[in-house]
Amino acid sequence: MAQVTLRRIVKEYEGGVQAVKGIDLDIADHEFVVLVGPSGCGKSTTLRMIAGLEEISAGDIAIGGALVNDIPPRDRDIAMVFQNYALYPHMTVYDNMAFGLMLRKFPKAEIDRRVKEAARILDIGMLLDRKPKALSGGQRQRVAMGRAIVRDPKVFLFAEPLSNLDAKLRVQMRTEIKKVHQTVKTTTIYVTHDQVEAMTLADRVVVMNHGVIEQVGPPQELYHNPATKFVAGFIGSPAMNFIPCRLEQSGSALQVQLPGGAALPVPQDRTARYQAHLGRELLFGIRPEHLTEVRPNDHRENMAVLEAVPEVVEPMGMETLAHFWIEGAEICARLDPATPAAPGRKLPLAADMAKMHLIDPKTNKVL
Amino acid sequence: MPSDASAALAPGRAPASAARSSSLRRFARRRSTVAFLMTLPLIAVIGGLVAWPASYAIYLATLNRRMTAFIGLENFDILLENETFRGVIWQSCFFAITAVLLKALIGFWLAHMLHHIPSKGQRKWRGMLLVPWVIPPALSTLGWWWMFEPSYSSINWLLNAFGGPSIPWLGEPWWARISVIIVNVWYGAPFFMIMYLAALKSVPDQLYEAAAIDGATGWQGLVHVTLPMMRNIISITVLFSLIVTFANYDIVRVLTNGGPRDLTHVFASYAFQVGVLSGNIPRGAAVSLFMFPLLAVVAFFVLRGVNRRQKEMA
Ligand SMILES: Nc1ncnc2c1ncn2[C@@H]1O[C@H](COP(=O)(O)OP(=O)(O)OP(=O)(O)O)[C@@H](O)[C@H]1O
Ligand SMILES: [Mg+2]
Repeated sequence: MAQVTLRRIVKEYEGGVQAVKGIDLDIADHEFVVLVGPSGCGKSTTLRMIAGLEEISAGDIAIGGALVNDIPPRDRDIAMVFQNYALYPHMTVYDNMAFGLMLRKFPKAEIDRRVKEAARILDIGMLLDRKPKALSGGQRQRVAMGRAIVRDPKVFLFAEPLSNLDAKLRVQMRTEIKKVHQTVKTTTIYVTHDQVEAMTLADRVVVMNHGVIEQVGPPQELYHNPATKFVAGFIGSPAMNFIPCRLEQSGSALQVQLPGGAALPVPQDRTARYQAHLGRELLFGIRPEHLTEVRPNDHRENMAVLEAVPEVVEPMGMETLAHFWIEGAEICARLDPATPAAPGRKLPLAADMAKMHLIDPKTNKVL
Repeated sequence: MPSDASAALAPGRAPASAARSSSLRRFARRRSTVAFLMTLPLIAVIGGLVAWPASYAIYLATLNRRMTAFIGLENFDILLENETFRGVIWQSCFFAITAVLLKALIGFWLAHMLHHIPSKGQRKWRGMLLVPWVIPPALSTLGWWWMFEPSYSSINWLLNAFGGPSIPWLGEPWWARISVIIVNVWYGAPFFMIMYLAALKSVPDQLYEAAAIDGATGWQGLVHVTLPMMRNIISITVLFSLIVTFANYDIVRVLTNGGPRDLTHVFASYAFQVGVLSGNIPRGAAVSLFMFPLLAVVAFFVLRGVNRRQKEMA
């Protein structure tokens, strides 16, 4: 077990494509870190560089305090779970798990003990004599994890391990992975493009975009205090609404002037923070869950009412999503399913202004 | 066919009076019947080209020299007691096994090297390395004969230039055996190379990555991942090549013609010598039939293994 440190890591592929543009990251011992981002953002490349499967073009990688830039994968003491499992088809489940230990010349009894233990943790004891071909996707995934666990490495690397599973199994395996980490506590770096996976699994989430890190932080921190427009829009589902606005003075307080004519008061405690941007064209950001139906006798602090005419109403069961447009910006609100919302019918919405964000459209930073 | 099709469209509408013809139709409509009819041409071809010559060879082998009387297994008896023929059995096995092993090893080595050349340069090299395989062997063997032939031997000339002795390539039994093997390997290795190259390309890169992370060196990856993944291709090519090499005729015929002292004959060239050149066709047939049980046993075990692995893995 060990900490992992990345210093100004750059990866330039042949032809000058910069997949990773100088990232810094410190991962503590026992930590579960998830790299998340849209397709092509460089998260797989980063993971493969940590594994040693990809050479780094510049920068330093240290595992457990030791520089590993030029150390081949076999000597980095890491284990990796691949997206399509990469089990050895000619070996039984037992041999697949034992292979790494066999190469490292562990005594037979110790290998046996570790394989049986991992099989117990993952509940695959009855599969040990089978070949991978005779396993279901979920079982293969468990074997791939078992192969990592038996090694007891310094670091676990997961490369989108759940994306080949169906939705139900994915949720189940997600829990499984979390449970395994709570049991063995090995430092883990996990790559996914699924933000729900990232939020549920991570101690800290690393949001990447275009080869750079946008923000690093615990899931709640990213959700409540995104640093950039990208993170604000990427984390959370349905995504945060962005509405072009102007910041104006209204008495002693500030207000957000929306294009449709509506003006929403900014909470008092944000006045100092936003004062410098008075009069500027900004982006008003608010999550769908903070844009709800107006409840009778609703006297929440910092609540602003916004008139809307939904164009699409989607009942989801536990909630109803209402979509409407303000000057070309699509807005989504999450309503209680009991709300009588219908397309084309006027609907007053309550915006929880304590949860608002203002974004500078020039820098895309959250103010 | 049209009446068949209409019957298929309206099953059970056949009048009761035509019970016999309807059961005939049902028989004709059965999948297995249709399949049999469709493969009939192929079965006929195989029968004509394989089964018939094979049975005819067996029949021939039981006749006397003038093909006038049935003499049972006497031809086989005589052959087994013949010193020269026992030499042929030994030489055939030695030749085939050594040549196939060398072809497989060299073919694998070449494939492995090619596999690690970036794909741009790969085509060029692959093309060049395939050349020995596409030249008609009778022709290329003639070229080798020239290089081995004592008075013009370019190989000996080279050896002499580096201070080595001249070698009696085709004149001394062991050198002659080696020469035949060299030419056969030169001719056959590209086939192995191309098969193994395809097999190497079919091993997913991720398996190597997984092995590298599991702690395998390049050599361990080869032994524990590449070779096991290629086992089926390896067994099938070796079996195939064993059959072809056992039955090899042209290289021995052109290079040594069985000499010196009939010591480099293999089954096919000896069968030709006995059957055609010496005019004892039944005994020639008996010689060629000796290959069959040997290869059948090998084929049985190899194909059984291939089958089993295929079920377990792919
Ligand atoms: N071998 C390669 N040669 C050239 N460019 C590459 C190579 N591999 C990846 N890239 C480029 O590097 C960038 C990052 O790729 P990477 O695989 O890390 O993305 P990712 O974040 O894992 O995306 P995804 O979610 O689709 O897997 C992409 O723009 C991709 O086109
Ligand atoms: Mg990827």
